[in-house]
Amino acid sequence: MARKLLLDKIGIEGIRYYDVYRKNGGYASVEKVLKTMSPDDVTKEVKKSGLRGRGGAGFPTGLKWSFLAKPAGVPRYLVCNADESEPGTFKDRFLMEFIPHLLIEGLIVSSYATGSNRTYIYIRGEFGWIVEILEQAIAEANNNGWLGKNILGSGFDCEIFVHPGAGAYICGEETALLESLEGKRGNPRIKPPFPAVKGLYGCPTVVNNVETLATVVPIISMGGDEYAKIGIGKSAGTKLISACGNINKPGVYEIEMNISVEEFLYSDEYCGGIANGKRLKACVPGGSSVPILPANLLLKTAKGETRMMTYESLSDGGFQTGSMLGSGGFIVYDEDQCIVRNTYSFARFYRHESCGQCSPCREGTLWLTKILYDIEYGKGKMKDIDLLWHVQGNIEGNTICPLGDAAAWPVAAAIRHFRDEFEWHITNPEEAQRRNYGLAHYADTLQAEV
Amino acid sequence: MIKFSEQKLKEIEQIISHYPEGKQKSALLPVLHIAQQEFGGWLSVETMDYVATVLNLLPIEVYEVATFYSMYNLKPVGRYIFEVCQTGPCITKGSDNIIKYIEEKLGIKPGETTADGLFTLKTVECLGACGYAPMMQLGKSYREHLTKEKVNAIIEECRMNAEKNN
Repeated sequence: MARKLLLDKIGIEGIRYYDVYRKNGGYASVEKVLKTMSPDDVTKEVKKSGLRGRGGAGFPTGLKWSFLAKPAGVPRYLVCNADESEPGTFKDRFLMEFIPHLLIEGLIVSSYATGSNRTYIYIRGEFGWIVEILEQAIAEANNNGWLGKNILGSGFDCEIFVHPGAGAYICGEETALLESLEGKRGNPRIKPPFPAVKGLYGCPTVVNNVETLATVVPIISMGGDEYAKIGIGKSAGTKLISACGNINKPGVYEIEMNISVEEFLYSDEYCGGIANGKRLKACVPGGSSVPILPANLLLKTAKGETRMMTYESLSDGGFQTGSMLGSGGFIVYDEDQCIVRNTYSFARFYRHESCGQCSPCREGTLWLTKILYDIEYGKGKMKDIDLLWHVQGNIEGNTICPLGDAAAWPVAAAIRHFRDEFEWHITNPEEAQRRNYGLAHYADTLQAEV
Repeated sequence: MIKFSEQKLKEIEQIISHYPEGKQKSALLPVLHIAQQEFGGWLSVETMDYVATVLNLLPIEVYEVATFYSMYNLKPVGRYIFEVCQTGPCITKGSDNIIKYIEEKLGIKPGETTADGLFTLKTVECLGACGYAPMMQLGKSYREHLTKEKVNAIIEECRMNAEKNN
């Protein structure tokens, strides 16, 4: 069994509640930092650990913390991004639902490091029952002296509040999240200034993902150097992967970032292989925004090397033949799935979630959706494929926030790798209504193994 | 004239206290959730104007927020809202068929409400339950691994609850 640092206690009955969590070593990291470490010491350990933001961007967490401006007399804020909405991603929800105190513990330690006396958890509004779980965990932590004034006699004050959103994927973007937390529309801000200088209420702010903040707990308990030894190179530590689609065992798994994609997909410890005896067609390995990979590029890179579950290996080959680890939303497609339909559904998603500020994104996502709708429903023309390519290229890099890129990339990758399937839809509009294209050549090199 | 109960006003005061002084606008999203729940499941102009007075905001500040977020209903809805996910991962597990089945079973299309005012069908984008697809949101809960049988049971459950509470 692989080493687990976040979900190691998930099987303990009642771990959701304070008493059980505490009995199993919970809140030890708060004791350690408040009694023996300065805030800068904590940041140093996190830097040494090599922890990278687990929300999708993979930016080094310790470095992000060290950018935080510290003008005298101005409050600083830590905000936890629990607006998990990237299609394919459901890991933070799992963590908050089943071991909420791990997040609260990580938040207290991280609040201490960043100097935040008022910390917010911005959670997507649809997770209504998790709001209640978190509020209960916060109340328990309060009652047991882990929150409030002068925690453990250290002189450090901290309060944590849960703030529900109301249904907007864009609020996962950190400046849109801050706007929303201020009671406004979730329109991303122009950067700079970055939140580290001017964030919530114009004050220096750090925004981190749920999993990132929870990971601070094992980093403090084992030390940054030890943590950095897990995984491969700059992909240090463990990562939660939420696996879904046509696999035998969908769910949330904690992996050490040193296993191969093949092991993750086929071993019984993780996904358990493709469901119903079907063959693998494609995979989106890091949430809907990252490029889709056909089967023949998923398990091996274009150079023929084993593809690993790391930031570097999954992006090997760039967007031509690679993808990204992203948020860890691992979506698997079997031979019966239609790439055109999937691409249309993702385009519709981004169309729905575009905030509308930047015209390339607002108009572009609309055009992508309309053209893909036509192709999916038998009204496509051959020149539409080039038009799609043209439109996505005009969105990418031309917007305030990365949602535009996130909308463009899945379309580009689908055309790059599955152009013949788009062409088949257009030349066989009636047949395409009755059946799917199937596997075609995408998995030829792997048929023996599958 | 609509008005929050004393208990709800206290709850709102509590929420406002989560934010620094003078930043009560931060409470707008949570308070709109409460308003929607209290005043018929949707946000009428009257409701939005009232929320503006409670939080000392201009009405436009409330309108622009209410129209941005998908969880706020801007027209009347049924008592039970089936919000069925239609995004890619759910499609791989047959959400298209589930949506079609609910349409047939209730005789409504997405966005419509049954004549008895009990059910509204909404198709929504990813709710973060991809491993448990197909799925829908019903009130504060998620209903996952949907099948036709489960949909039947949920409809029955809603009908029984409605009868009980009438």
